[in-house]
Amino acid sequence: MISQFFILSSKGDPLIYKDFRGDSGGRDVAELFYRKLTGLPGDESPVVMHHEGRHFIHIRHSGLYLVVTTSENVSPFGLLELLSRLSTLLGDYCGSLGEGTISRNVALVYELLDEVLDYGYVQTTSTEMLRNFIQTEAVVSKPFSLFDLSSVGLFGAETQQSKVAPSSAASRPVLSSRSDQSQKNEVFLDVVERLSVLLASNGSLLKVDVQGEIRLKSFLPSGSEMRIGLTEEFCVGKSELRGYGPGIRVDEVSFHSSVNLDEFESHRILRLQPPQGELTVMRYQLSDDLPSPLPFRLFPSVQWDRGSGRLQVYLKLRCDLPLKSQALNVRLHLPLPRGVISLSQELSSPEQKAELAEGALRWDLPRVQGGSQLSGLFQMDVPRTPGPPSHGLSTSAPPLGLGPASLSFELPRHTCSGLQVRFLRLSFRPCGNANPHKWVRHLSHSDAYVIRI
Amino acid sequence: MPYLGSEDVVKELKKALCNPHIQADRLRYRNVIQRVIRMSKLDQWGQAEVLNFLLRYQPRSEEELFDILNLLDSFLKSGSPGVVMGATKLFLILAKKFPHVQTDVLVRVKGPLLAACSSESRELCFVALCHVRQILHSLPGHFSSHYKKFFCSYSEPHYIKLQKVEVLCELVNDENVQQVLEELRGYCTDVSADFAQAAIFAIGSIARTYTDQCVQILTELLGLRQEHITTVVVQTFRDLVWLCPQCTEAVCQALPGCEENIQDSEGKQALIWLLGVHGERIPNAPYVLEDFVENVKSETFPAVKMELLTASLRLFLSRPAECQDMLGRLLYYCIEEEKDMAVRDRGLFYYRLLLVGIDEVKRILYSPKSDPTLGLLEDPAERPVNSWASDFNTLVPVYGKSRWATISKCQGAERCGPELPQTSSFAASGPLIPEENKERVQEVPDSGALMLVPNLQLTADYFEKTWLSLKVAHQQVLPWQGEFHPDTLQMALQVVNIQTIAMSRAGARPWKAYLSAQDDTGCLFLTELLLKPENSEMQISVKQNETRTETLNSFISVLETVIGTIEEIKS
Repeated sequence: MISQFFILSSKGDPLIYKDFRGDSGGRDVAELFYRKLTGLPGDESPVVMHHEGRHFIHIRHSGLYLVVTTSENVSPFGLLELLSRLSTLLGDYCGSLGEGTISRNVALVYELLDEVLDYGYVQTTSTEMLRNFIQTEAVVSKPFSLFDLSSVGLFGAETQQSKVAPSSAASRPVLSSRSDQSQKNEVFLDVVERLSVLLASNGSLLKVDVQGEIRLKSFLPSGSEMRIGLTEEFCVGKSELRGYGPGIRVDEVSFHSSVNLDEFESHRILRLQPPQGELTVMRYQLSDDLPSPLPFRLFPSVQWDRGSGRLQVYLKLRCDLPLKSQALNVRLHLPLPRGVISLSQELSSPEQKAELAEGALRWDLPRVQGGSQLSGLFQMDVPRTPGPPSHGLSTSAPPLGLGPASLSFELPRHTCSGLQVRFLRLSFRPCGNANPHKWVRHLSHSDAYVIRI
Repeated sequence: MPYLGSEDVVKELKKALCNPHIQADRLRYRNVIQRVIRMSKLDQWGQAEVLNFLLRYQPRSEEELFDILNLLDSFLKSGSPGVVMGATKLFLILAKKFPHVQTDVLVRVKGPLLAACSSESRELCFVALCHVRQILHSLPGHFSSHYKKFFCSYSEPHYIKLQKVEVLCELVNDENVQQVLEELRGYCTDVSADFAQAAIFAIGSIARTYTDQCVQILTELLGLRQEHITTVVVQTFRDLVWLCPQCTEAVCQALPGCEENIQDSEGKQALIWLLGVHGERIPNAPYVLEDFVENVKSETFPAVKMELLTASLRLFLSRPAECQDMLGRLLYYCIEEEKDMAVRDRGLFYYRLLLVGIDEVKRILYSPKSDPTLGLLEDPAERPVNSWASDFNTLVPVYGKSRWATISKCQGAERCGPELPQTSSFAASGPLIPEENKERVQEVPDSGALMLVPNLQLTADYFEKTWLSLKVAHQQVLPWQGEFHPDTLQMALQVVNIQTIAMSRAGARPWKAYLSAQDDTGCLFLTELLLKPENSEMQISVKQNETRTETLNSFISVLETVIGTIEEIKS
């Protein structure tokens, strides 16, 4: 069980502190934690730290540190799960989780903590049960700004640049008890996939991994039943085969405990009665066998003259997405050898931008259309390093430090595994409200897309 | 009491755990437990708590055990990692007599663990990796086919990358060794020097099994002429040559040239050692050593100078003509001008040894050039699952066994008083037990939550009085073989907080010892060990000042384990 819980900002300022058992120190423990965290040697993990009979376990979320102390030998999985559930809950109640929202809603946060944890034991984290007890209202800072943009996982927005509401509608507090009839009943369903790829220098695929989640954020009153239909040819595991054609396959899948799987076997329909707030309906993983080609291929060509130190890197990036799709916010990050100070470039189109930042090349391409090829030529001078005697221009071994290229990008309206949500139907106890809005979007983004030179 | 979902559940659990009438009646207890397990209205926190409570439950029969496992099966598929891991731990502990069931459970938990290892949450990833390593200690081939999941990603924090590299080392097998080595080779040229060095050490440990490929990779790395890489490669070579003498030839061919790239103490020591021991096969060894000798005045590390002395003398024995002059100059410097006393002493010692005669030098300096058996000792043996099952899903795998031992020792030490100065008859004679055996012995005291108080101070008089006033609570005979060193036993008992009041000298007939221990509730255990004249068995008599069978049994098992360990070490 837990002795204390506190939240620190990214600079270590305590925002929230709660002591449950009164058996281990006082408020200075927050400062102690931050000092220990920043003073930790590089190879020790900060996740679980020990000091004078107390264990500190924390997660980082939206720049905040959520920390729990305990003196017992408890399950780390349980504690981490509790912390991430708390962060979701706080996000639901306050709108979003951040330094500003927490500071504005301190009373609400303490009330929540009182109900969730009693003397260090978890009572409940279910929003259903908590609604009956939480009285405080969330304080919302300002009316929604259409330019209020943040991370990729923002519900409802197509991309960061999208000007279509409801880009920030989803960040209003879900669980306000204001029975505002004019508030729209909305539900947001996101299929988000993270793609990790490793390509060798000869172009062969070493590793590909897709981690997907179907996330739901519901503003509907609880009790409404929802049916989510997935692609019918969706198979789990290697041996199953459904429908005709290659089908859409994942290796493993796991569901939230409240999902009813009666119709899953037959029609791939998930039924659930979601509580208000955020919920991860389904998680799935797929490795090694993507149905569609990889979104990007890089063809680098490196020429290095050891004698003069001139390094010329020609990068050709080919996008293998279908012609109508596009990739957004593509950024290529290429570490360069030590000592490179300046760089000259020739890029194939004007909206790209390349610059040298922190010893690496950063090439930004805001929008890449499917099927297109973009190239860039970069020239720089590498200072002489001790090495085998120079032979003049050689294309054999790239200089040390010319690291693997990593790409980061977003693929809107595209899932790497091919999984799609066919429909989202609500059977709804009518309370006189207008038809609820349903926003479904599919999104993939890169987790670690690495191409070796 | 944690909130467990509803009134009924709370009532049932209260009945099971607090009502002594129910606990006394096996059948009723069992029924209540079954009813608790069937409760389906618990949320994930309640489920985790229930699984934790059930750890205390002892099933009466095999049938009942499998019954419970079937009922709890659905928990293994839960969406909450806390519940899945809690269920795994429970299964592992309940099925401790059925290793095939344990293996089965570990196969089923592979999926959730691998998913956690690739989770977005770094913290969950790290904790899962620690548990993966724990499992690999018992089942090294368990994750071999999923080695790709443990490839490091560019953006991961350093501590996760280190864990993944360790895991990759441990899951190497014939099928994946090629790819794993290629991947590790990529990491060796990483921008971060720490990570590159960790990768090189990892290749070194894989090299014990797949020597040729690894030596080739390491040789290529030397060609890059990077300081931080070269020093670690040379250190790895030194360790490898000691454990796998078959690669000495390849290593000797790779060495020339790397002395220009080493600046740090560890690397220099390793290089000098290699040149000294295997100098005959390295053509320019004397010249490299000569370079070091020329610069010995500006050498800042005394350890390097010590190594240089030994290596020069060794090389002198095998290549006298080339080394005589250099050795002379080195000895002169060390004896006349060196300020560090240890170096000077060694120089003097070698000088005097040389004066005695070359045969004497050869006799003293002759040492084995390799010891492959050390590899077996260093590699931790596959531990049975039961040794760590109770640590699964706790903080122990996250800290690591050694760090956890330090932490729990600190917590124990905070409770006891000041230490008495040790009496001369029991002067500690240094660490007679190597570290790993100490660790093994330390694993013991978890049995049945028996906490023995450390640094118990019991005088001999008090012991004698109490001993004579109590009756023997338990007597047991253990088979024993041959001689042993009593100091080893004393050390081992010290580790588990059992104090030795008196012990006969080694070889005394009959051999006796008197031990005392106290647990944290104040219950005293007084023990007599008697080794029969024929040395064939050891008689243990235990007296307890309060009658408590459970703690007595726990104490007996602790004692048995310690004595068993001593037997093993001895043999």
